[in-house]
Amino acid sequence: MIFTDKSTKKLVPYVTGGIVDGWADYVCAFADNGADAIEIGLPFSDPMLDGPTIQEASDRALANGTTLDGILRDLSKISVEVPLIVMTYANLAVRAGFCDRLAEAGIRGLIVPDAPLDEVGPIRDAANAAGLDLIPLAAPSTTADRRREITASAQGFVYAVTVLGTTGERDALDPAANALASSLRALTDLPVLLGFGVSTPEHAAAAVRDADGVVVASALMRRLMDGAGPDALGAVVGNIRKAI
Amino acid sequence: MTIMSEPAGLGRFGEYGGRFVPESLVPACEQVEAAFREAWVDAGFRAELHELLTVYAGRPTPITPARRLSAELGLTLLLKREDLAHTGSHKINNVLGQALLARRMGKRRLLAETGAGQHGVAAATASALLGLECVVYMGERDVARQAPNVRRMRMLGARIVPVGTGSRTLKDATNEALRGWVADTAEAYYCIGSVMGPHPYPWMVREFQSVIGTEARAQVETVPDLVVACVGGGSNAAGTFTGFADTTARLVGVEAAGGAAMTNGTPGVLHGYHSMVLQDENGQITEAESIAAGLDYPGIGPEHAHLGAIGRVGYATVGDAEVVEAVHRLARTEGIIPALESAHALAWIIREAGELAGQTVLMTLSGRGDKDMEMFE
Repeated sequence: MIFTDKSTKKLVPYVTGGIVDGWADYVCAFADNGADAIEIGLPFSDPMLDGPTIQEASDRALANGTTLDGILRDLSKISVEVPLIVMTYANLAVRAGFCDRLAEAGIRGLIVPDAPLDEVGPIRDAANAAGLDLIPLAAPSTTADRRREITASAQGFVYAVTVLGTTGERDALDPAANALASSLRALTDLPVLLGFGVSTPEHAAAAVRDADGVVVASALMRRLMDGAGPDALGAVVGNIRKAI
Repeated sequence: MTIMSEPAGLGRFGEYGGRFVPESLVPACEQVEAAFREAWVDAGFRAELHELLTVYAGRPTPITPARRLSAELGLTLLLKREDLAHTGSHKINNVLGQALLARRMGKRRLLAETGAGQHGVAAATASALLGLECVVYMGERDVARQAPNVRRMRMLGARIVPVGTGSRTLKDATNEALRGWVADTAEAYYCIGSVMGPHPYPWMVREFQSVIGTEARAQVETVPDLVVACVGGGSNAAGTFTGFADTTARLVGVEAAGGAAMTNGTPGVLHGYHSMVLQDENGQITEAESIAAGLDYPGIGPEHAHLGAIGRVGYATVGDAEVVEAVHRLARTEGIIPALESAHALAWIIREAGELAGQTVLMTLSGRGDKDMEMFE
């Protein structure tokens, strides 16, 4: 289990694996500044659900020659207490032995944004056989029936997408986000975390009025690509921690 | 049970197909599927589409015997003339169907990806005809090399969104169109241009293109020995093959050597479907590289992957040089300038002519070459 209780608000920051040499230092900085788990993006050439920031981060990482092997090797050199979760696309997740390799490297969960409820079965089976949680997404457009099915089969936490759209920073949190979080929370005992467009401590504070936590990605990756080091980015995570 | 029938389950052709889209797009795909199922058995919808295909798109397209080239090659070559359809390619068949469907669903806007620009032009055309807005996503590299089609789309009132990520071709335009659709499902309809994408698109687009094969089957006196079509995503080939899959005809799909997902690919998931894709040893999609922008695509429709797996269709490749030669040869012998994409099928027939002596070969000439003239200068 990635999270065992809902008594505190969860903060899950994201970093694209391999985006810069020494990227794993960001993982440590996030852990040191109050992250409850850390999402590591395994870059894919065709990230259908990502906006410009994560697309660029993925492109940079792939241009650096990033591979799954390299990411897992870098992670083996650091030690953090909080669970690590990999986010990647179906083409990588369906590869033979993928989940086993994640599990052997100590990864605890997997998020596959283009494997919806109807297609995720084989991936979830492989993840579970390896001991990984398969964390599902739900969107504002997800029907009531699907929300029930998604929450019923969810593991780790439920990733509630704030908007109908791609990842990326936004000026304001969509009001639909809190409504989605509330509806999902009524269906499951697992934590429900809001992500996509959670860009500021204020957004995070607003989100956790109805959600159990937040995932923050593009706001961090933009700063990273603008040159922010682990300490500076850790401070950003720390500010969001204080806000929730 | 016919070979090219309705896919099983959630859009499965054998083990290929499916609906690998974010949860946020699932309801939109379900709505398209429900609307298509309802429309496709509605005589009124079928009649309206037939009317447009006839009085607007110029169907049925003829079959032209390529007499001089046949004599040179020692076989009987018949050309199914999709280049004579309105907008200059088979793409109009699919787009008129989907645009009618979009209007029936109450959508205001068509989104389309395009490589060579033929699907984009067709989408812009159908949008103008039916009073819909049109947004066309096109890789920057294709915007540069298919300038005449870009000008045509703009004249037809479409907004072009140049896509500067990745290989800046059809693959990346498709990613961006999917992103555009995620954010706009209430008002926009995503009009996919080939037999690819999430269920129901591979099936629906094949159904709309089946008019090619149905017409051709009725037009030929006897079943040809061989039916040949070029394959990128594979829509003109799929449409053609529907008319002949249950006959004795040998079926061949011809891929671009630099974009041959069927010949050189491995199973994977791209753009919402499971099929054969070009990818490296780490699972990253690789960039296709063909002189024909419409075949510059690292995937292939899932039904083709299935037809190849069961051995009903053979897939072959030709290189850029043979293709250019085939364009010139058809122009000089028959007075027809084919699109670079379509010339792939012809290049394979020319190469294999010695083996095909005396046979009757039906080839779908999927589009005309006007758009490619700058490539020959």
